[in-house]
Amino acid sequence: MTDAPAELLLDASGIAKHYGAVVALRSASLAVRPGEIHALMGANGAGKSTLVKILTGGVHPDQGTILVRGKPFVGRSPAEARRGGIVSVYQEPALIPDLDIRSNLRLTKSPIEATRHWLAELGLPDLDLTDVVRDLPLASLRIIDLARALAIEPTILMLDEMTAALPANLTERVLEVIGQTRGTARSVIFISHRLIEIGAVCDRATVLREGSTVGVVDVTEGSEDRIVALMLGDIARKGPVTSGASATAAAAARAADAVPRLTARDLTVGSKLSDVTFDLHAGEVLGVVALEGQGQDELFDVLSGSERPDRGELLVDGVARSFRHPADAIRAGLVYVPADRAEALLMQRSVRENIALPFSTQVRAWGPIDVRGERKKVDGAIATLQIDTRAAGEVRRLSGGNQQKVTVARWVAGGVRTMLCFDPTRGIDIGTKQQIYQLLRDLAASGAAVLLYTSELKEIQLACDRAIVIFNGRIVAEIAVADADEATLLRAAYDLRPEELMPEEVASAALTVDDADPAVPS
Amino acid sequence: MTTSIGSRRSWTDVAGFAASWARRNTWTIGLFGLLIAFLAITKLIQPNYGAPGIQGLAISILPIAFAAVAQAIVVISGGIDLSVGPMMALASVTSAVLMKGQDDLFGVWVVIGVLLLGLLVGAINGGLVVITKVPDIVVTLAMSFVWAGTALLILNTPGGGAAPWIMAIISGPLGNPWVPKALIVLGVIVAVVWLPLRRSTLGLSFYAIGSHRLAAFRSGIAVGPTKIAAYALTGFFSALGGLALTATGGVGAPVPGSYTLQSVAAIVLGGVSLAGGRGGVLGPIIAVMVLALVRTDLFFVGVDPNWSTAVQGAILIGVVMFGSLVAMRKVRA
Repeated sequence: MTDAPAELLLDASGIAKHYGAVVALRSASLAVRPGEIHALMGANGAGKSTLVKILTGGVHPDQGTILVRGKPFVGRSPAEARRGGIVSVYQEPALIPDLDIRSNLRLTKSPIEATRHWLAELGLPDLDLTDVVRDLPLASLRIIDLARALAIEPTILMLDEMTAALPANLTERVLEVIGQTRGTARSVIFISHRLIEIGAVCDRATVLREGSTVGVVDVTEGSEDRIVALMLGDIARKGPVTSGASATAAAAARAADAVPRLTARDLTVGSKLSDVTFDLHAGEVLGVVALEGQGQDELFDVLSGSERPDRGELLVDGVARSFRHPADAIRAGLVYVPADRAEALLMQRSVRENIALPFSTQVRAWGPIDVRGERKKVDGAIATLQIDTRAAGEVRRLSGGNQQKVTVARWVAGGVRTMLCFDPTRGIDIGTKQQIYQLLRDLAASGAAVLLYTSELKEIQLACDRAIVIFNGRIVAEIAVADADEATLLRAAYDLRPEELMPEEVASAALTVDDADPAVPS
Repeated sequence: MTTSIGSRRSWTDVAGFAASWARRNTWTIGLFGLLIAFLAITKLIQPNYGAPGIQGLAISILPIAFAAVAQAIVVISGGIDLSVGPMMALASVTSAVLMKGQDDLFGVWVVIGVLLLGLLVGAINGGLVVITKVPDIVVTLAMSFVWAGTALLILNTPGGGAAPWIMAIISGPLGNPWVPKALIVLGVIVAVVWLPLRRSTLGLSFYAIGSHRLAAFRSGIAVGPTKIAAYALTGFFSALGGLALTATGGVGAPVPGSYTLQSVAAIVLGGVSLAGGRGGVLGPIIAVMVLALVRTDLFFVGVDPNWSTAVQGAILIGVVMFGSLVAMRKVRA
């Protein structure tokens, strides 16, 4: 890069941040020129969110320098970051639910007339400022949050997944308005999972991988490819790994035309999940791949009985079911292993009680507990999962990996028909991960059906028979395990077509956005 | 809508403002209806209940009304203060001890001093909550023992005295016998302190940190200092409650009774959400009157006072449940 520091609006370099032994950022840099729209990219765990927190206030870096217009930037709080010239629009709107819009504007000292102007530009000209925030739909709130930030005229506007959860017409308006920044004295940092938007609106992109900045790309037609390659690093160049998982049992089950264990048909939840349809057969592990917030949370909430779908049906063994409560799902044989172990376990009780809880409440709701029968099942589960019981008195004293084994064991002890696992290996050590993959394979081999969402793409080939990919609430691809290498999955997760079609496809998609939106300067 | 300079505000604007106020304060309006209903019931079972009864009511509710306002402010800000009663005791005994046998002018200084003491004591509560990060309910429960003990150290039995003027400004009517002075004092003080505050950024920040802490932080609000300010203001209104105790009783009250829990009951009935962010101070004041009238009515019909306490509890649950049902209907519709 040839930019002299003085020419840059934002010049962050050598940023490092550790959380205990975990390195979130190793050496990240981000240089933003005046009047440009700069994309910040990175796969899950690349350190993107940590860098955002450092720039927007709240997190202090261990090392590195941040200059805004050549002056040192201090951001101990969003208020301080704002004084330093950086204003952010977060994924969840920073509006106070119990106040009306006008009061919310007063809190951030945003000029009313300017906000109104931007609201009109963004497609909400008739908004009544006395409306209470709680009563407004999410899409409007995101637009208000953006208009309020624009009205302050920040040096740098940071947009974190601004277009997620916006309908198409508002997305267009947002991209158009952001486009107007180009060539002014101000800049936008744009974070989005939608590569098409990056292509349509951004000038340059900084790519993070494993806590470091690995490249800065000029965004032109077809540069999406290079961005994805940078995000992936070495693994993109490796050939597809042969599957460790055996797909034979599942293939046989499907070939025999058996009734699927679980069928989802046109499941729809608000704007988060649209017409999701798939079959899950006994004896298979079906992987679910999605970037953050593409509707997978809603899918698992529906399947586990925590949320009811607006539309669509669920068939268990060919029979239509509707769950009003997780207990209904559990009775139908659908058990749920969440990523957040605190959601599943009674942290202050013993391993034994935690494992026994699901079936003791089921079998003997009120009467005395069958201690001997319970002990046998619990011991069986502990042995199967090799849970380290040295600290068995209180689950919270176990390691994360062992806690996660307990959340699986509590279902295994009672016998599993269908297990829904939501990122079960998040934040646990590699050895335990291996054990969990093996367990899922063993469960499938013994006739259970497993649905596995994972944020680690390589797990698909280690544990699954096939994978479905969700993007923006829809299933966009189904990939057999033999083809499910990380590069293919990541492309699919970004809703890019297979490699050979890449440049034309993306370019034409980007063009359609431009066509619909003639005001974006090229 | 009303961004244009105020000089051209027409009647339709005023009507629009009134309509939007009514839309947002349905709970308070409903509660006011309940108050009217209870006044009618009182008149029905005790035909000679009239202006003197109203005056008595206004004086008797003055301390608890200030306590309810105090509690409302901290709960709106997302906290709770279990030391409201003991803070009132502290203010009451301090004022009674200092005012006894002194002239009127000195009494004025005592009032100012006690109010400043209230601010300080409240700020200590808030500061401890913010700095220690111990939950509000634990800190203020602990501090309630501290303030109660301090009050007893200052005066271990009811005693001291009140300046004659402070007793005079709350007793009797103002002009019309139906307009008790105590009610005017309450209205003026609350209006002068709360109304401007509510329109200020600080007041908005109280609602903001109670409504959504993270969004408030991201909107640039200094959450800690705002919380301390809310607790300080709670201390201020508790001190007013304490002064009201001294003024209505004529002596300092070191162990004034269950004002803390009554204040919580009043704000819940008054439409303040215990989860924070919602409600005002008018609702709790009306709720205090409703609860006092219930007690009066039950006394008139000859119910054992212990039973009347139980009935108050039942009313509290009933009204709040009814309100939630109505709110649920509104959401579904």
